[in-house]
Amino acid sequence: MKEYNKLIFEISKKGRCGYALPELEVDNSPLDLIIPKNLLKTRDVKLPEVSENGVIRHYTRLSNKNFGLDTGFYPLGSCTMKYNPKINEVIARNPKMVNLHPYQPEESVQGALEMMHEAAEHLAEISGMDQVSLQPAAGSHGEMAGLMLIKAYHEKNGDFKRKNIIVPDSAHGTNPSSVQIVGLNVIEIKSTPEGDVDIEVLKEHLNDELAGFMLTNPSTLGIFEKNIEKISTLIHEAGGLLYYDGANMNAIMGKARPGDMGFDVMHFNLHKTFSTPHGGGGPGAGPIGFKSKLADFQPVPVIEKMNNKYRLNYDRPDSIGKVRSFYGNYGVILRAYAYILTMGGSGLETASETAVLNANYMMARLKEHYPVAVDKVCKHEFILTEPAHEKITTLDIAKRLLDFGYHPPTIYFPLIIKGAMMIEPTETESKETMDEFIETMINIRKEMEENPEAVLSAPGNTLIKRVDEGKAARDIVVTHSW
Amino acid sequence: MFRYIPATEEDRKEMLDVIGINSVDELFDDIPKNLKQSQPLNIGAPMSEIELKKRIEELGNKNLSNLICFRGAGAYDHYIPAAVDHLISRSEFYTAYTPYQPEISQGTLQCIFEYQTMIADLTGMFASNASMYDGATAAAEAAMVAATVTKRQEIVVSKSVNPETRKVLKTYCKFRDIKVVEIELDEGATCIKDLKDKISDKTAGVMVQSPNFFGIIEDLDEIRENIIDKKTKYIVYTDLVAMGILKTPGESGADIVIGDAQSFGTGLTYGGPYLGFMTITKELIRKMPGRIVGESVDQDGKRCYVLTLQAREQHIRRYKATSNICSNHALNALAATIHMSLLGRVGLEKVAEQCYKKANYTLRKIVETDRYKLKFNRPFFREFVIEGEESPEIINEKLLKDGILGGYPLEKEYPELKNTSLVCITEKRSKLEIDSFVERMGEI
Repeated sequence: MKEYNKLIFEISKKGRCGYALPELEVDNSPLDLIIPKNLLKTRDVKLPEVSENGVIRHYTRLSNKNFGLDTGFYPLGSCTMKYNPKINEVIARNPKMVNLHPYQPEESVQGALEMMHEAAEHLAEISGMDQVSLQPAAGSHGEMAGLMLIKAYHEKNGDFKRKNIIVPDSAHGTNPSSVQIVGLNVIEIKSTPEGDVDIEVLKEHLNDELAGFMLTNPSTLGIFEKNIEKISTLIHEAGGLLYYDGANMNAIMGKARPGDMGFDVMHFNLHKTFSTPHGGGGPGAGPIGFKSKLADFQPVPVIEKMNNKYRLNYDRPDSIGKVRSFYGNYGVILRAYAYILTMGGSGLETASETAVLNANYMMARLKEHYPVAVDKVCKHEFILTEPAHEKITTLDIAKRLLDFGYHPPTIYFPLIIKGAMMIEPTETESKETMDEFIETMINIRKEMEENPEAVLSAPGNTLIKRVDEGKAARDIVVTHSW
Repeated sequence: MFRYIPATEEDRKEMLDVIGINSVDELFDDIPKNLKQSQPLNIGAPMSEIELKKRIEELGNKNLSNLICFRGAGAYDHYIPAAVDHLISRSEFYTAYTPYQPEISQGTLQCIFEYQTMIADLTGMFASNASMYDGATAAAEAAMVAATVTKRQEIVVSKSVNPETRKVLKTYCKFRDIKVVEIELDEGATCIKDLKDKISDKTAGVMVQSPNFFGIIEDLDEIRENIIDKKTKYIVYTDLVAMGILKTPGESGADIVIGDAQSFGTGLTYGGPYLGFMTITKELIRKMPGRIVGESVDQDGKRCYVLTLQAREQHIRRYKATSNICSNHALNALAATIHMSLLGRVGLEKVAEQCYKKANYTLRKIVETDRYKLKFNRPFFREFVIEGEESPEIINEKLLKDGILGGYPLEKEYPELKNTSLVCITEKRSKLEIDSFVERMGEI
C-alpha cells in the first residue's frame, strides 16, 4: 500500500465543506445589528475545508498507522490492556441511556442514576470498601480526590500537622505528583530489592506529621506485599491512613480485597481492570472507594437511594466539594457496568486467576533467557531486566519487538529496576499468542549475540524508524502553520 | 467458560506444568490466609448479551431521553455528523493505548497534532495540549499554572463564570492554599469597577468566561485593559462554537484559554466524558499540564509526530510535575477533530450564526407572549436569561410532559435571580420546535 503522509490541512481546498445545515427559517438579520463590531471576529475561522468522503478517507488512512489492542498483543505492564468487549460499545450508544442532559430533573433520569448506584455498589463489593464515588475522570484524578479525603479527615480531627504522605520509590509517577497537587508533602522511601516495603525504613517516618501511606498491591513489580497487615497496623497506630492504588486490581478480584487488608481509600481504573477502552489516551475513569469514616468528605453530589428513588445529594457540609463538572465519566462507567454484569462474581474471579496464571507461565518460560527482577510467584505482571550486553539496551529490545508485530512491554519502569521490561499479558490473551511472543523474545535474545545490528537498528519494518525526540523538544513545532 | 477468556482446561494444565505447580490456588499462596476472600463476590451470575441488553433496556425505560432540548448551562445539544462516530469506532483508534511508541502510533499522534492546531487556531493562541477531562478541571489547572508561574496565591474569578466551574476551581485552590476572590456581576457581565477593586499585585490570575454562563459576550479587551499588573495572567474560558462569529481570546491578550469542547463530537451523555481544552502563549508552554505532541523527523528524515516536552509530566518529574494528569480524553479529542474537519471554515461560521439567529428569534417570540422579559440587556450568543412571574420549576415540569427540556433555573446558583431561567438554542432546534416551545411557555 502506498504510504499516506498528509495532514488534514494539506488536503484542504477553499470551497469544500463536509457538513450541511437545514435552512435557517428565521429572520436573517446581520450579526453586527446587535453585537458590537469590536466583539466580532476580524478574520475567517481557520479550519480545514474538506468534503465528508475526504475526511473519512483521511482518518481511515491515519487509523491504518495505529496499533490497537484489536490489532495485536499489548503486554503493557501496569496498564492491563485486556480485550474491550464490543457489546459494551453498543450499550454505551443506547440512546435511552446516553441522550440525557446532565441537568435533567432527577425523576427523568432514574435509570441513569440506578445504573451508577449499582455500579458503585458492585465496585464496593469487589474492593471491600464501604462506599464508592464515581466522579474522578481518571486514575490520577482519583488519587487526587482520595488524597483530598485523607487531608480533609485529618483537618476535621484538628490534626493540621499531618501533611506527610509516604510513597515507595516503586510507585507510579502519578502518586507523588498527586500528593503534591493537594498540598501535602511526599516522603519517598526505598523499597527492598524485591520491591517490598522496607518496614524498618517505614518506621523512621511514623510520627505525628504522618497523613498517610500510598501503596500499590500487588506492587509495580507484580509482587503481593506479604507484610500488608503489619504495615496497616503500623500506619494506623501512628494515626495515618492507608491509600490503595488500584492500578493492579486485575490480580486479585475475588481473591482478596483492599478493604480487608486495612486500606481506607483507593481508586479504581475502569479502563484497566474493567475493560473500558483506552481510546489512545483516554477517556478512562477513576472512581474512588473508601471506608465509612471518610464518607462525609466525598465529593458532591452523592447518589442516594431513598424509597426506591434515586437522587443527587449536594447537601454535604463536610464534602471536599466538586472535583469535576457533573457526576463522572458516565459513558465509561456504563461500559464498566456492562462488563461487571457480563462477568458476574465468578467471571471476575476467573479473570484474575487467569491473568495471574498467564503471567506466571510467561515468566517461567522467559526467565531461562532473560534475567528476572524478582524470581518468585508473581501476580498479574512480572519484570525482566536487560541482559548484559555491550551495546544493546532495553529500548532496543522494545523497538525490535515492533518489527515482529507486538506492542512492547512497559519499559524503564519501575524506576528501581535498571532497564526494566514489565510484562502483563492479562487474562484475555490465548496461550498461542503468549507462546508466539515468548518465541519472539527468545529469538531477539539470540539476535543480540548473533546479529546485534538487527536489534540496534530496529524498528526496520514499521511505517517510520526511530524518532528524533531531541529535535521535537528543541525546535518546538506543536501546531501546523498553514 | 467466559467469552473473553480463551484459556481452556487443557491450556491451564499445560501452563501449570510449565510453572511446576498443581493448581492455580498455589499462585495465591502469597496472600495471607486471613486476607483470602472466603465468600464468592456477591454481584450476581454472569450474563449473556441477551440478558445484558434486556437489563440496559429496562434501565433506559426509566429515563426520559431524547428530549427537545432548550437547556445548555455547560452541556450543549449540537448535532454530531454520522461520520464522527463511524471513525472513532475504528478499533485502531479506540483500542490503542497512549502513543508512547511513536513508530506504531502515528495515527493517534497525528490526530492529536491536528487537534492541537485547530484548537490553537480557533482560540488565537500559540499552543494547545492534547486534552483534559472537562472545562471545569481545565479551568482549575489553568489557575494552578498562573499561581505557579507568578508565585502568587490568589485567583480572581468573575461570578459570570459557570458555577460548576467555579466550584471545581475552589476545590483545587482550597487544597493548594490559593485564595479565590469573586467579582460581582453588572447586568449579567463582569463588573469592571469591582474587578478594579479586587485585583492587586497579589493576583496570580484573572479568570473570566465569554460567552459567559448567561450566554453574554463579555468585552475581553476592556477586561484585559484593567489588568494593570504585567505579571498577572489573563485566563479566558471560552466556547469553540462561538468562535464561528466572535473575536478570539488570543486577540484580546489572553495568556491561557480554556473551555469544554463537548459541542464538537461528544453528545450530552449525562455529563461525561466531555472534553477539556487548554491553549497557552509561547512563554508558558513549558508550564502547560498534560500531554503535548510535537513534529519531528525519524532516522530517515521522514516527517513524524511524537509526545514531547515530557519533562513537565508526572511520569518523569514525579512530585515536581506541573500536574498529575496522565490519561486524558484523547478519544473525545479525536471526535472533536473529525467534527471540526467536517464543519470546516464555512460550517462553523454557519452553525454559530444559526445558534445566534435562532436564539434571537426565540427571545423575540418569548417576549411577545407578554409573560417574560429579557433579564440582561447585553449581546448574547446562544443562551439568554428570561424572567417571568412563575417559578421555572413549575413551567419546566409542564414542558417535560410534552417531551421538552426547558431552560435552566438560575435561582439555586444565583439567589438574586428569582424566577429566571437560562434558555439555550442550538442549530438543532427547528422553527417548529421553537414556536411550539414558545406557545407552551405562553400558556403556562
